[in-house]
Amino acid sequence: MRPRDRQYTATHEWAKSEADLVTVGITDFAVERLGDLTFLKLLKPSTTIGCDEPFGEIESVKAVAELYAPVAGTIVEVNEAAPDALDLVAQDPFEAGWLVRIRPSSPQRSAKLLSAEEYEKTLESA
Amino acid sequence: MVEFAGWRMPVQYGPILEEVRVVRERAGLFDLCHMGRIRAEGENSLEDLDRLVTNEVRTLPAGRARYALLCKESGGVLDDLIVYRSAGARDPFVVVNASNLSRDLAWMRERAPGTRFVDLTDEVAMLAVQGPEAQSILDPLTDLDLAALRYFGCAHGRLLGLEGVLFARTGYTGEDGFEVFPPAREAERVWEEILRSGNAKGLRPIGLGARDTLRLEAGLPLYGHEIDESTNPLEAGLGFAVRFAPGREFVGRAALEAVASGGPERRVVGFRTPSKRIPRQGYPVLEGGTPVGRVCSGGLSPTVGSTIGTAIVPASLADPGTSLEVDVRGERHPIEVVPLPFFHRRRSSA
Repeated sequence: MRPRDRQYTATHEWAKSEADLVTVGITDFAVERLGDLTFLKLLKPSTTIGCDEPFGEIESVKAVAELYAPVAGTIVEVNEAAPDALDLVAQDPFEAGWLVRIRPSSPQRSAKLLSAEEYEKTLESA
Repeated sequence: MVEFAGWRMPVQYGPILEEVRVVRERAGLFDLCHMGRIRAEGENSLEDLDRLVTNEVRTLPAGRARYALLCKESGGVLDDLIVYRSAGARDPFVVVNASNLSRDLAWMRERAPGTRFVDLTDEVAMLAVQGPEAQSILDPLTDLDLAALRYFGCAHGRLLGLEGVLFARTGYTGEDGFEVFPPAREAERVWEEILRSGNAKGLRPIGLGARDTLRLEAGLPLYGHEIDESTNPLEAGLGFAVRFAPGREFVGRAALEAVASGGPERRVVGFRTPSKRIPRQGYPVLEGGTPVGRVCSGGLSPTVGSTIGTAIVPASLADPGTSLEVDVRGERHPIEVVPLPFFHRRRSSA
């Protein structure tokens, strides 16, 4: 069971709204598919970002993947510990392994946001 | 994130880096059923194969296997393969890359109409046991004297009650080990029983992800990375598998002789980088900011303890110690040319 308190993308990010910020990370499924993580790069705080645009890159032994923002806005905080402690992301992707916090610039959300149930359905058919 | 597509089991059974360590320290079992398997039937099949590939296989003694390349007239590589000549079989057996199987078959049939190239990929399975414990794991499962089978030796013998199974002391990991070819209908049972029997010696199933790291550490080429139609074997450092014996004709000989006499203009080299970012296939290699080559393969090597890779660069920049750069998605990282292979196993005294 994945956390029900947030939304998901088909590209395996999650987005959790708290007050006026949206916290973003990747899912356990993404972590499992990537395998051994080797590198994480995140955009710097105060960077403005569009919806569905990359806010960073994550690499593993076998692949490199872009991380896509589920909302448009300004990055107000990044998980500074994560790039040097990739185990945080690998072992606790939904909490300690969060990646960025975005202050949305508009109420617009990615059209692709899914509920936990919908996201899990996409995984079953994957 | 996207581009998860195209990964099918068995890329990994556990963490890839741990799987690499298992093979280097104990042993791994590989499912290689995707590889193409061909029997070359006919009176002159060995001579016909000899005219198709770069290495001399017509002189292959019974009980030996040989690595060779299938080249075009231009010298570009269509595939790399191993020809097995076991005393227990009339016809030579050839293992090619999965992705090239149908093209190889068409190429062979067109150029050697006197030989029947029979596709056995669906009938004969292919498993490998690789690592320092490989022999001790297989010994109790066969009547063959595995200790007497030398590197690149092959023989037919009994495996788990199955008669006439081809064994070869070959592999793609840089470790000692064997490849075995039981009937496909028995493959699942053979897999399970080898795994069960080898469990106490540390045998684990190993996926294609670790296999790629193992072969890269061992400096072994992967078709589509270090070699392809635009690369010749001499550039790729595979001159040992190209034999210009007097009077021997093979497809690509003239072009390859010309390359050999002038020396290759480009070379596939090994490199190391202190960067944690893995340079991947196609990333540009730069010298003084100018693109001069491209990455063939890259990976994180637990054995070497750093990021490693191969690249194709001008011959003038191929000497070990040469400092170059690689463009990793817009970031420049230093790389240093190093000798291949990255890993060389200590041979036992046997």
